[in-house]
Amino acid sequence: MTTAGAGTVIAPVARAATRRQVIIGIVYLVLAAIVGLVLTSGIAGSASSSFGLNPPGKPAVVLPSLVVPSIATLYLISGLLAFLGAVQLSRGFGSRWAIVLAVVVITFIFAVLVWVAAGKSMSLIGILQTTVQRAVPIVFGAMSGVLCERAGVVNIAIEGMLLTGAFVGAVVGSAFDNIWLGLGAAGVVGGLLALLLAILAIRYVVDQIIAGTVINIFAVGITSFLYTRVLSPQQSLNQPDRFPLMAIPVLSDIPIIGPMFFNGSLFLYLAIILVGLIHYALFYTRWGLRVRAVGEHPRAADTVGIDVLRTRYRNVILGGIVAGIGGAYFTLGSTGSFEPEMTAGRGFIGLAAMIFGAWTPIGAFLASLVFGFADTLQARFSILNVQIPSEFLLMLPYVITIIVVAGLVGRVRAPAADGRPYKKG
Amino acid sequence: MSEAGPLPGPAAPGGASTPVPDPSAPTAATAPPAAPEGRSASNALVAAGRGLLVPVLSVVTAFLLGAIVIILSDQKFVAQLGSDPLAALRAGLDSVSRAYSALFTGAIGSPTGYLDAFASGDTNRILTAFRPISETLLAATPLIFTGLAVALGFQSGLFNIGAEGQLYAGAVLATLVGFSLTGLPGIVHLALAIGAGFLGGALWGFIPGILKARTGAHEVIVTIMLNYIAYRLVDFLLKTPLFQRPGRSDSISKVIQPSAELPSIVEGLRVDWGFILALGVAVAVSWLLFRSTKGFEFRAVGLNPSAARYAGISIGAATVVAMMISGGLAGLAGTVVILGVTQSLTFGISPGYGFDGIALALMASSKPKGIILAALLFGALRAGATPMQSATGIPTDLVVVIQALVIMFVAAPALVRGIYRIRVSRTTGTEIFSKGWGS
Repeated sequence: MTTAGAGTVIAPVARAATRRQVIIGIVYLVLAAIVGLVLTSGIAGSASSSFGLNPPGKPAVVLPSLVVPSIATLYLISGLLAFLGAVQLSRGFGSRWAIVLAVVVITFIFAVLVWVAAGKSMSLIGILQTTVQRAVPIVFGAMSGVLCERAGVVNIAIEGMLLTGAFVGAVVGSAFDNIWLGLGAAGVVGGLLALLLAILAIRYVVDQIIAGTVINIFAVGITSFLYTRVLSPQQSLNQPDRFPLMAIPVLSDIPIIGPMFFNGSLFLYLAIILVGLIHYALFYTRWGLRVRAVGEHPRAADTVGIDVLRTRYRNVILGGIVAGIGGAYFTLGSTGSFEPEMTAGRGFIGLAAMIFGAWTPIGAFLASLVFGFADTLQARFSILNVQIPSEFLLMLPYVITIIVVAGLVGRVRAPAADGRPYKKG
Repeated sequence: MSEAGPLPGPAAPGGASTPVPDPSAPTAATAPPAAPEGRSASNALVAAGRGLLVPVLSVVTAFLLGAIVIILSDQKFVAQLGSDPLAALRAGLDSVSRAYSALFTGAIGSPTGYLDAFASGDTNRILTAFRPISETLLAATPLIFTGLAVALGFQSGLFNIGAEGQLYAGAVLATLVGFSLTGLPGIVHLALAIGAGFLGGALWGFIPGILKARTGAHEVIVTIMLNYIAYRLVDFLLKTPLFQRPGRSDSISKVIQPSAELPSIVEGLRVDWGFILALGVAVAVSWLLFRSTKGFEFRAVGLNPSAARYAGISIGAATVVAMMISGGLAGLAGTVVILGVTQSLTFGISPGYGFDGIALALMASSKPKGIILAALLFGALRAGATPMQSATGIPTDLVVVIQALVIMFVAAPALVRGIYRIRVSRTTGTEIFSKGWGS
């Protein structure tokens, strides 16, 4: 990768782009082959796949099950993928690559589902509901990351903030017998950890990755320590109530969308509101413009009178509050009691979702749904005894993130000043 | 590393705002002859001590904060706080002293224990007395490797946060070679297994290296993700017939052949030749970094990539090779645990050695000699933690908290200087390793 002069710079870039086209085309063809040759084997010709679209209970609108002939559908999808791959190889899709990629991914996933459900019936709506639930903590983590990194501070401490939020949410929620207090305390402690991150990263100019790693290690240590020393002898401190399911009237009756997005706990609605709010604030308000300026070019922002350091402090603390509240989901929304290291890397998946979503709230939200879907499929597959090792589905978020940061499919770009400390003068 | 160079030392509160004058220069001309000599000697001492001052104070402060954590989480302390604060404080301090003394005797043994054992002349009792030291050296062994791995990355301008994943990748190959080859003489089998461990880590380090060199993908993101991919991969492999121990349904591998085991240094103590290997590798890494052409290239790329490129050094090649060696060193950490301690691969072989490596590299300013010392300290903490929990009921996780605090203080020297009001000379400053994810 030596760049001797300006002339030679362009050629590698163009070549890299062409190579990327070829790689993607080949990947599409491989997917087509998998669907057409591997998935179709071992399915009876007459078998059909049936997908239930109704939530359990008595839905207002009863949908018929979606029934498709298994083999025919798989060949159809295989043909479509092969066609897209051929077009990709011959002339590419230009600026529409993202849409084509989305189509390929969705149809491929559908093919896998058809294969799994061949000869049986499967509740598609159940899978979608679980997907959304599993995406909730990832969304909080990703939003925390977006808030911090758009202002130019790398936050890899999301995991630690989620974990501490889960712990404090459970303890305060149990001690005061008030889940709202627990939720608030989780937000506060997330904010405090973020303040520590900000002080280390901004005031003491500690490398932001190291500062984040310190917080992650500290969070694991202190919550495990207090769990063994305080919560184990006093179980009553680890039995909070949980936020109940709240179906939103009318909206929850919409077929498919309703059960997915409008029949959850408070955390689901908070997550959705947060995504909309951060998207609006970041791209349509003066505040957002300033934050983005600080993250992209702090010196220019400083020149026009924006207080760079204060903006960074504020955003990191906001991000910490979001992550802390997201952490409370694990105890107050999901399981109802704290376990050591219960977040199990969700914070890093949140980080991955933020990167996959190109540092945008909506992109990160969609990425969280994809990762939540992979997580759900993994759980379903192990129940259904499907011959795909579920570990590989669990790897998916991490593999996708590496592919995306390496620009092997499309490229995402971090805010230009992300991770760089700012010194006046 | 354009950001690192021009940064002055961070302003220590109240200290650095007034530049410290060089005391020897003006006094040499005017003061009586005895004074400058005395002062320069003490200055030299101060200069030597300054390198150790921040790490030592970091450790002390971390232990003090750890004590506060113990006191605040003490049930007697909390119960008596309202009625009798003094007694509460006494109870809390009592917990602290019992915990820390158990930690220390668990890590280095008790002086009276040594004396009694030698007085009795009984070999078994002497061995028992030395057991804590043996456990400390044993725990320090993988830490030396991960510390070297992260340090070599830092010296080459790379932040290898993936030592944990590389450790597991190395452990996988070392285990595979360890149990699958039979009938080999011990030394050959052992060498092959160690080589396989290095190779496994190197392969896992190759991925972020090549991606960084070819596409510019930031190694921090890639190595974080590779850590988790390694966990899942081990999870998968341990359930395949190739690896899983016959008759077991949990995630545990077959046992390695005795010919691949690292023998103990002293019969009866657990510390094995892996520790000697670690010391040897530390010397080798020191030579590689500071005496060889390749190491010069690594450091040149780490210090100033543009200058290195101008000097004709291939940044891409240096990045890939440095990342592979770094990964290989981390792989050796997993290897010595498998071949020396556990004899089989499970999920518990590393309680975060890879992340401790970051702390060690920071404490030692990425110098191999310092890494050995820092690894002995962290090894002592790990070795003492288990006896501490069984003797006093204070959870071993206290050690994790203390380690996190040590990293924090070592990474933010200005914080320590601020707490202890230490004045700082202009030359010392915070090092910045990574270059941010942007652009």
